[in-house]
Amino acid sequence: MDFRTCVNIQKEWDIVGARQFGRDFSKKLGFGIVDQARIATAISELARNIYLYAGSGKICFDEVENVGSRGICIVAIDTGPGIKDISQVMEDGFSTSGGLGAGLPGVKRLMDEFDITSKTGEGTEIRVVKWVR
Amino acid sequence: MDAIKLDLSHYRELLKQYINTQDESALYEAEQISKRSIQHNISLEEIINTHINALEDIYPELPENIQHSMSFLLEVMISYGLALQEFQDLRETQLEIKSEISVAARMQNTLLSTVKPDVEGFDIGVVSVPANQMNGDYHHFIHHEDGTVGITVADVIGKGIPAALCMSMIKYAMESFPSEHKNPSEILESLNRVVERNVDPSMFITMFYALFNPAASTISYSSAGHEPGFYYHAADDTFEEIRAKGVVLGVTDMAQYRQYEREIHAGDMVILLTDGVTECRQGDRFIESEEVLEVIKSFSHLSAQELVENVYKHFEKLQDFHLRDDFTLIIIKKDV
Repeated sequence: MDFRTCVNIQKEWDIVGARQFGRDFSKKLGFGIVDQARIATAISELARNIYLYAGSGKICFDEVENVGSRGICIVAIDTGPGIKDISQVMEDGFSTSGGLGAGLPGVKRLMDEFDITSKTGEGTEIRVVKWVR
Repeated sequence: MDAIKLDLSHYRELLKQYINTQDESALYEAEQISKRSIQHNISLEEIINTHINALEDIYPELPENIQHSMSFLLEVMISYGLALQEFQDLRETQLEIKSEISVAARMQNTLLSTVKPDVEGFDIGVVSVPANQMNGDYHHFIHHEDGTVGITVADVIGKGIPAALCMSMIKYAMESFPSEHKNPSEILESLNRVVERNVDPSMFITMFYALFNPAASTISYSSAGHEPGFYYHAADDTFEEIRAKGVVLGVTDMAQYRQYEREIHAGDMVILLTDGVTECRQGDRFIESEEVLEVIKSFSHLSAQELVENVYKHFEKLQDFHLRDDFTLIIIKKDV
């Protein structure tokens, strides 16, 4: 997939940049303020995971379309250590960011579609989509 | 995401009413909205959003700084709402697990069910109650053709599901022993090997095994580190601890068990139990075994079954109806 825009995540400050871009982009696509806030929160989680566990990576944004509805597609890519047990990190109550983070189950709740692929030693790619209602 | 949306016009009217009158009835209605929202899984941020929209409807000229402050509040609530949703889902999962456990507990009851022997000249009472849904105590009666009865009382150190699973294994191991195999010491030695080979080393099982011979009025027994029972002498109205030495099951594969025998006289009682009885607690205080014996004595005029049930009720009440450990008590009374 050829993404329109990507934001590199290397330092904590980059999380804010990714949120800002995602919020502006979702506003432009016609999302209401609640969904804008949800999308920003999902981006935060994805970017924080990259910052904390992979060291560096990027968050990419694109517009998607499906039978008349528009949506935002966000892909988080890193070349970090990867996730050994995906089922475990997708479990409620198993939070990676020290207990208070919404974690990946939170991201899944905030968005409409969620897909994750990870290879130990190679990295992780998480793709999420939310449709304008 | 949300099955039912909050009714914006209703919310707006109510908010308007309250702003104008500060009327308690509007606040009562707000409480109802709050409860309905929980019922219908309406998220926290959705409620805030409805509030913002209602406010903007009522005050089209709402100052920009107030608008921004509302967006700020919305943002603050997103993660909180998310955490709430997670709790809700976890609560549902917990309910599922609970109902699964109760099915397992029913299965355990069927698997480990045993029939109390009806023996001429003796009166036998049994009570066994788990602290949680599944019982880690075990008792079983084996009715032999020659009229003797094998009696097992066992306790897995630890309680709950692992203990219960362990007990099912014990039962089937015992059933696989040949029927002429009924000496307490031999049975414990065979069982010890089964436990040593099959059970996690962190798990210990204590067991008291007795062979009760009603015709001869004797009981022979061996113990694998089990809580000692008591013998009641009617002649001088005293209790005596039934001491039997033996190592807990599963510690070493070469364990040997000594076998003891005693005669049961008219009016006497054999009391077998688990540590859930002797280690009842009143507040932070463990009760003394003398107290257990006092209580048994106070009900000793009753039939054996009524006796054990009354003892159980006494300690259940003493512990505020919240058992800390599985409770098993067997009493064999010889008729006078």
